[in-house]
Amino acid sequence: MGTPLLSVRNLQTSFFTREGEVRSVDDVSFDLEAGQTLGIVGESGSGKSVTSLSIMRLIPTPPGRIKGGQVLFGGQDLLKLSDRQMRAIRGKRIAMIFQDPMSSLNPFLRIARQLTEISELHLGLDRRAARRRAIEMLELVGIPDAARRIDDYPHQFSGGMRQRVMIAMALSCDPQLLIADEPTTALDVTIQAQILELIKDLRERLGTAVILITHDLGVVAGMADRVAVMYAGKIVESAPTDSLFARPAHPYTQGLLRSMPDPLQEVAELYQIPGLPPDMTRLPPGCAFAPRCPHAAEPCSQPPETVAVGAAHRSACWLNVRSETRA
Amino acid sequence: MLKFVLRRLLLAIPVLLVVVTISFFLVRLAPGGPFMEERAYPPAVIEKLNAKYGLDKPLHEQYFNYMQRVILHLDLGPSTRYLDRTVGDVIAQGLPNSMLLGGTAYLTALVLGMAAGIIAALRQNSGVDYGAMAVAVLGVSIPNFVLGPLLVIVLSLTLYWLPPARWGDLSHLILPALTLSALYTAYIARLTRSGLVEVLRSDYIRTARAKGLRESVVLLRHALRGSLLPVVSYSGPALAFLLGGTIVVEKLFLIPGLGNFFIEAANARDSFIVVGVTLVVATLLIVLNLVVDIVYALIDPRIAYK
Ligand SMILES: Nc1ncnc2c1ncn2[C@@H]1O[C@H](COP(=O)(O)OP(=O)(O)OP(=O)(O)O)[C@@H](O)[C@H]1O
Ligand code: SF4
Ligand SMILES: [Mg+2]
Repeated sequence: MGTPLLSVRNLQTSFFTREGEVRSVDDVSFDLEAGQTLGIVGESGSGKSVTSLSIMRLIPTPPGRIKGGQVLFGGQDLLKLSDRQMRAIRGKRIAMIFQDPMSSLNPFLRIARQLTEISELHLGLDRRAARRRAIEMLELVGIPDAARRIDDYPHQFSGGMRQRVMIAMALSCDPQLLIADEPTTALDVTIQAQILELIKDLRERLGTAVILITHDLGVVAGMADRVAVMYAGKIVESAPTDSLFARPAHPYTQGLLRSMPDPLQEVAELYQIPGLPPDMTRLPPGCAFAPRCPHAAEPCSQPPETVAVGAAHRSACWLNVRSETRA
Repeated sequence: MLKFVLRRLLLAIPVLLVVVTISFFLVRLAPGGPFMEERAYPPAVIEKLNAKYGLDKPLHEQYFNYMQRVILHLDLGPSTRYLDRTVGDVIAQGLPNSMLLGGTAYLTALVLGMAAGIIAALRQNSGVDYGAMAVAVLGVSIPNFVLGPLLVIVLSLTLYWLPPARWGDLSHLILPALTLSALYTAYIARLTRSGLVEVLRSDYIRTARAKGLRESVVLLRHALRGSLLPVVSYSGPALAFLLGGTIVVEKLFLIPGLGNFFIEAANARDSFIVVGVTLVVATLLIVLNLVVDIVYALIDPRIAYK
C-alpha cells in the first residue's frame, strides 16, 4: 500500500466554554486508503462530528480551536493551508453530508440553485451545464422526475429525498473523500436502509473513500472496511471490521457489541452499558471509561497505552497491555 | 394569493368600524367639550355651535349619525378645532408631511440599522460588535425630546449646517428624520444582528461552507434572507406608526403633520379629528401588516397563502 489518501495525526480540537476546556478530539490518529470506508462509532458527544469538522476545518472558532496535529490529505497538511486553498478542497475533493437533512438544506433556495452553485464553483460550469449536471446527479441518487423536481424547494421533499439531494450535492464534483456524519440517524428505518444502499452503490461506482460516522455498529458492519471506536474524544479501539466484531478488545467496544440488537434472537431486554456518557469538562485523569468499566482496576487511574492486539488491530486499555506482556 | 389579499382587506372593514366606534366613545366620554376652551364663548354661542355640529343630541344618536356619514359618504366630519375645515382637509394636509418625514426616517433606519447589524454579526464579539451594540442601546434609551434638541444645538445652532425647525424644502427634513430614526435604527440593528447570528449558526450555513463557497457568497446568497425575516415583521407596525404621524418630533420641529394636528385636536376635544386620525393609523397598520405578510411569503417559500 502506498501513502494513504487521508492521514490524521494526533489531531486535537478543543472548545473553550465557561465550564473550561472541552477536549472534544484528543490526540486522534487514523489512516484511510483511497476508495476504502472507515466507520467511526461512539456514543453521543464522543467527538465524532468534531473530528470530521476538524478535517474540513469547519470548527466554529470561537469557541472551538484545532490545537494541534496534522490532517494529511494527498500528502498535504490541510491545517496549514490558507483559507482560499482550503475552500478549493471543500466540496470538490472532500465533501460532507450531515445528520439532519431537514435543516441541512437552505429552506429559502431552490434545490436547483443549491446543486448548481457547487459545480459552477468547482467545475467552472456555466448555468446551463451546471443545471444539466444537477439533474444528472438527482437522477443518479434516485429522485424520480428530477428535471421537474429540481425547481422545488427543500420543504417540498421528504426527509429521505432531502438526504438524497444532500448526497447528490456532495458527489457532484467527484470528491475523493466523502464524510457522512450520521447520514441516516434522522430517517426512519426503511429509508435508512435505502440511503445506506445508495451510498454503498455510489462509493463503488465512483471509487470514493468514505468516512461513515454513526453510533450504530450495525450500520458499520455492512459498510466499513475499518472501524474506529471513539470514547471521550479518543479512539479507544481501531481494527478491520471483521476483526473488531470477532475479537473486540476494549471493554467499551465489547459493551457496544453486547448492546446491539440481534435480529435472530428475541431478547427480552437489551444490554446497556451502565452509567452515563462522560462529562467532557471533568474527565478522570486515567482511562475515561473507568467509571463505567466492569474491569476497572488500579492501573486504570493512569492513561492506558494504545497497543496492537492483532493485525492492524489496536486498543487502548490496560487489560490489553497486560495480556500483551503475558503473551 | 390574490384571494388571500382580498379576504384580508374585506376583513379589515369590520375591524376599522370597531376602531372608529371605540375611539368615538373614548373621546366623547372624556371630560370637557370642544367649545369650553380659553376662548370662553358666551353660553348662547356655545349652544348654537353645539347645535350646528349636532353635539346637542343624545350620544347614541350622534354616534349613528356619524357612522352613517362615515360609511355612506366616506365623510369624517367637520373639525371643531379648525372651524372652517373638515377632518378630511386636515388629514389631506397633515398626512403627506407625516408620511414624508416617517418614510425618510424609516428608510434611514433600515439602511443604517441593517448595515450596523450585519457588520456586528460578522464581527461577533469583537470591539466593533460591542461598540455598535452599545450605540444601539443608547439609541433605544435616549428619548426624542432629548435627542432632537441635542441635534439642533450641534448641527444647527453651532455648526449652522441645517435649519433648526419649521417645514419647507428638504433641508428641513434632515434633522427631524434623523431624530426620529435613532430609535428605529438601533432596534433594527439589534434585530438584524441577532437574526444573522442565529442563521450563521444554522446547519444549512454549515452546508454552504462545506461546499467551499466564499464567505461573501455564504452571507449574501445563503444567510441574509433568513435573517431579514425579523426585520420584515417589525417593519409593519413600526412603519404604520411612523407614517401616521409622530407627536413629539412634529411638535419639536414645528412640522404641520398628522401628529401635530392630532395633539392639538385632542387638547381642544375635537372628537372628529381624533377619531379620523385614529382611523388613518389603524388603516395604515392593517395595510402594512398585509404588506409584511406578502413580503414574508416572497422571502420564505415555505409560506403559502390560500
Ligand atoms: N460548538 C460547540 N461548543 C461547545 N462544545 C462543543 C461544540 N461542538 C461540540 N462540542 C463538544 O464537543 C464534544 C463532542 O461533540 P461531537 O459533536 O463531536 O459529538 P458526536 O460524537 O458527534 O455526538 P453525536 O452522536 O451526538 O453527534 C461534545 O462534548 C460537545 O459538547
Ligand atoms: S483501561 Fe481500565 S477502565 Fe479503561 S477500559 Fe481498560 S480496564 Fe476499563
Ligand atoms: Mg455528531
